[in-house]
Amino acid sequence: MTLFIEQCLNGLQFGLLLFLLAAGLTLVFGIMDLVNLAHGSLYMIGAYFAATFAAWTDSFVLGAVLALLATLVVGMAVEMIAMRRLYGRDHLDHVLGTFGLILFFDEAVRLIWGPEGLSLPLPSWLNTAVTILPGMQYSAYRLSIIVVSLAVAVFLYVLVMRTRIGMLIRAGASNREMVGALGVNIKLLYTLVFGLGAALAGLAGLMQAPILTVQIGMGENILIVAFVITVIGGIGSVRGAFIAALLVGFVDTLGRSYLPDLLRLVLSPNAASTAAPALASMLIYLLMAIVLVVRPEGLFPASAK
Amino acid sequence: MSTTPRNILVVALLAALVLLPVYAGLTGDRFMLTLFTRIVILALAAVSLNLILGYGGMMSFGHAAYLGIGGYAVGMLAHEGIYTGFVQWPVALAASALFALVIGALSLRTRGVYFIMITLAFAQMAYYGIAGLARYGGDDGLTIYKRSQFFAPIDLSNKVQFYYLCLALLYGSIYLVWRLVNSRFGMVIQGSRSNDLRMRAIGFPTYRYRLVCFVIAGTLCGLSGALIANHTDFVSPAMMYWTRSGDLIIMVVLGGMGSVVGPVIGAVALLVLEEALPSVITFVLHPFMGEKAAGYGEFWQIVLGPLLLLVVLFARGGIDGLLAKLRAKAVP
Repeated sequence: MTLFIEQCLNGLQFGLLLFLLAAGLTLVFGIMDLVNLAHGSLYMIGAYFAATFAAWTDSFVLGAVLALLATLVVGMAVEMIAMRRLYGRDHLDHVLGTFGLILFFDEAVRLIWGPEGLSLPLPSWLNTAVTILPGMQYSAYRLSIIVVSLAVAVFLYVLVMRTRIGMLIRAGASNREMVGALGVNIKLLYTLVFGLGAALAGLAGLMQAPILTVQIGMGENILIVAFVITVIGGIGSVRGAFIAALLVGFVDTLGRSYLPDLLRLVLSPNAASTAAPALASMLIYLLMAIVLVVRPEGLFPASAK
Repeated sequence: MSTTPRNILVVALLAALVLLPVYAGLTGDRFMLTLFTRIVILALAAVSLNLILGYGGMMSFGHAAYLGIGGYAVGMLAHEGIYTGFVQWPVALAASALFALVIGALSLRTRGVYFIMITLAFAQMAYYGIAGLARYGGDDGLTIYKRSQFFAPIDLSNKVQFYYLCLALLYGSIYLVWRLVNSRFGMVIQGSRSNDLRMRAIGFPTYRYRLVCFVIAGTLCGLSGALIANHTDFVSPAMMYWTRSGDLIIMVVLGGMGSVVGPVIGAVALLVLEEALPSVITFVLHPFMGEKAAGYGEFWQIVLGPLLLLVVLFARGGIDGLLAKLRAKAVP
């Protein structure tokens, strides 16, 4: 039972982390109608910045804050140099152009930080376990990821739904020209939105960094998962991304831990132990295929907003 | 066919590909032959992708899955001791066609970005599925000890013969695509790309047409996969990872979408660029950095990435589109 609760918490933590990544993707898609494959690169850059700054300043938190700001700046620069020119183009152009950016970022990171990965050690006050239920301990760091991600989710909700900037963002999503005609600097607004998405991706990257190693290509696997989430949730819908992220987080985590046992009921132990990892990796794609077949626009179609 | 600069260049390229083994034989440059065999095989995959991407407007982001399926069909049969190409190749084609039929039937219900993403998802499923086959090497891939066997004079281990076989299949598929897109079938496909609603309104069941087109493209790409397996004597799940699908899209768009030979130009351009860029970078940096410049050649992707972005931004229609514009300038 405690194991099950722990796996559920892991699923929640993974799902929330994925939400940070997917939120940026879905915002950029919903508002600028841009498919951004390079989003995973910003995730990677956030992790690299965090590892570097944490080593310089000798403080995990200070390093994280600096990395977040740096990723924001990189994101806004990318928007101004490249993405801005892609708005209004075919989605295929987006795929190709941002694929080019992935190559650029991967190689730039290799040039700057070298081919070996970095590691981001946890400070001792986070590297402990806390008792969350009587007789049950959980990693303090994973718990803090859950708290931070939930806080960011609330912040996003308030920002988009309850502030003037959020109102302009939503207005810009439905009619760019009209908002521009009313005297809003839509270019700056887009740059800010893209920067926000980049910072969210960077935050996800730097929070994941102590759990996994910081390495080139770390963004490519998880990017596809983030895309799966935005598609399941309905592209452009932040609420959909939140629910889909939790769904994918649970399905993936629980699938990986319980599928081998489930398969053993129907297959020979040998066959089960070889088939289970593959099947567990396929689960989320299966989920997405089912959702798309039943609801081709995702669970929460953004056009309904 | 009129003698525009573009047509002359295309014919020159196609002829150069035919004459390449002669050049490689005269200079003894074995590497050149191996490189161009790879280019020709991947060009075949790009031609098949172009059929659905350029003509059908179906932005498949999972096309590399067929490379893997075709390749693994050959690899698995060889692993089980069946070497005859008369079994291996039909199985490779049939498996690819079946996969395309299933994922096409489901994916074609969606449009736009959803289509891009669902084809990607199916390709990833195939990737993880094959990576989980412990009997056939799993993640590490599968070495093929014997190439596909055909009747006596045909020997795929002979590099020149194998090159000409690949080239013949490439030219055959270019002809097939050319005939297809200019047929009634191709007109329906292109009409559906422009305005699906209108096509359906005048009575075409476009879903069925698009599905057939999707299956043809998948089958052709499966053939390319069977060739790759024979070329490298090795198959691994890496050949169907999503970045490989990205590479195929690059070839199509770089060469020129919706042009029959565009993907061939794109495949040649991209893969030659990959080989040449390290030397170019070293050469350009040499005056500034001296001997240290050689070390920077390996970072060629830092140049390729922005180059792709520039192609997207400023060269619509790809290289073939640029060549076609030459004529506009030459003949006012």
